[in-house]
Amino acid sequence: MLSQNVVPCNVFFNILCLMSLMLHPFRPSLVSIIFAAFLCGSPFLRAQNFVVYDNLEQLQSRISRAGDTTLVLNFWATWCQPCVEELPCFDELRAYYGTQNVQVVLVSLDFRSQLEKKFIPFLNRYRLKSEVALMADQDLNTWIPLIHEAWDGAIPATLVLKGDKRLFKLGKFDDLEELETFVRPLVKDSAAFLGKKMNCMDLSGGKK
Amino acid sequence: MKTPYLLPVMLVAYLLLTMSATTPKAYSIGDLAEDFSLKNVDGTIVSLSDYKDAQGVIVIFTCNHCPFAQLYEQRIIDLHRMFAPMGYPVVAINPNSPRIIPEDSFEKMQERARLKRYPFAYLFDEEQTVYPKFGATRTPHVFVLDDKRVVRYIGAIDNNAEDPNASTQRWVENAVHALMRGEMPNPHSTKSNGCTVKKAPPPAPAPAPTPDTTAQKSR
Repeated sequence: MLSQNVVPCNVFFNILCLMSLMLHPFRPSLVSIIFAAFLCGSPFLRAQNFVVYDNLEQLQSRISRAGDTTLVLNFWATWCQPCVEELPCFDELRAYYGTQNVQVVLVSLDFRSQLEKKFIPFLNRYRLKSEVALMADQDLNTWIPLIHEAWDGAIPATLVLKGDKRLFKLGKFDDLEELETFVRPLVKDSAAFLGKKMNCMDLSGGKK
Repeated sequence: MKTPYLLPVMLVAYLLLTMSATTPKAYSIGDLAEDFSLKNVDGTIVSLSDYKDAQGVIVIFTCNHCPFAQLYEQRIIDLHRMFAPMGYPVVAINPNSPRIIPEDSFEKMQERARLKRYPFAYLFDEEQTVYPKFGATRTPHVFVLDDKRVVRYIGAIDNNAEDPNASTQRWVENAVHALMRGEMPNPHSTKSNGCTVKKAPPPAPAPAPTPDTTAQKSR
């Protein structure tokens, strides 16, 4: 299992970076140079966290780590337009319920060979808030039926788990209300219904 | 009539009911594939019955735009080159609506077929009536038909989209070889990834006729 835990760069770090450069204009110390280099560094520093699962066992171990919390697994890919369009709804769901109640993992079926070329640039552009994973096991016919017997492999597909209960949906959620209605039966103490009948793409602020 | 909307509502309801009643059930293993006639990229109309002298037919729903289908494109060409001389030609069908994916238009299909020198027929399911009969849900999606045109294999080409050399199960190849030996393919169905088939949005319903104002006033 490959885990990329890289500190995300943001505006705060950029400001610190500029400040550190200004601190020693005429006598830059090694420490401040290294510090500045680290902060201002390469686009690599801007990478978003994600995990690569090489096989179903690794994905299943993530599933069991959810314990009794509701776990939402959304299967998607950067090359699947309907999948990309519904991603903001999952981020919103996670933000609303909080990770104590609902954990969201966006499991991509992108290719491992396209990690640097496609997957990472996509993540940097979209800045997803949910946990992101890449399921690299290409032997789909073996592990897809083990996720859910009704799944023929087409994406998007969403599996919701809580304890030994499961809900499965094939296809896209058009709006947040549809997603929330689907997940709700498996959410503990689901409080006020978020009830936002908002189109998923509108949630992302129209990012494309 | 008390309400001017009753007739149009009944009409719409009737139409919806009859439309849903005619939605075909997808083919399963053992079902007979109906004949179809679709426009080929060379401008001619090609029917399944045109292949009556073939031992079998490898029907593959595929398209231009889908990255998954693109990964399999060469393998589809290779399947035809390998099996057409043995009596099992490939027939490719684009099931997508160009209204949703402009890159899957007929003109684009012709361009691609020309560019990649497709040796097989690349047909356009313009009315989107053929793919629902087969039950194609994604691209690529393969249906291998035997000499009676009975469906004997449904699913993926092999078990590794990313790397053809790393695939350990060449399912379509194995299925065709099995049929050539007079055996049933095993496995006969496999699951795979791919881009979902893009169905054209239904035409906007005709607006309900404007209520007759004199009738309303008399109520």
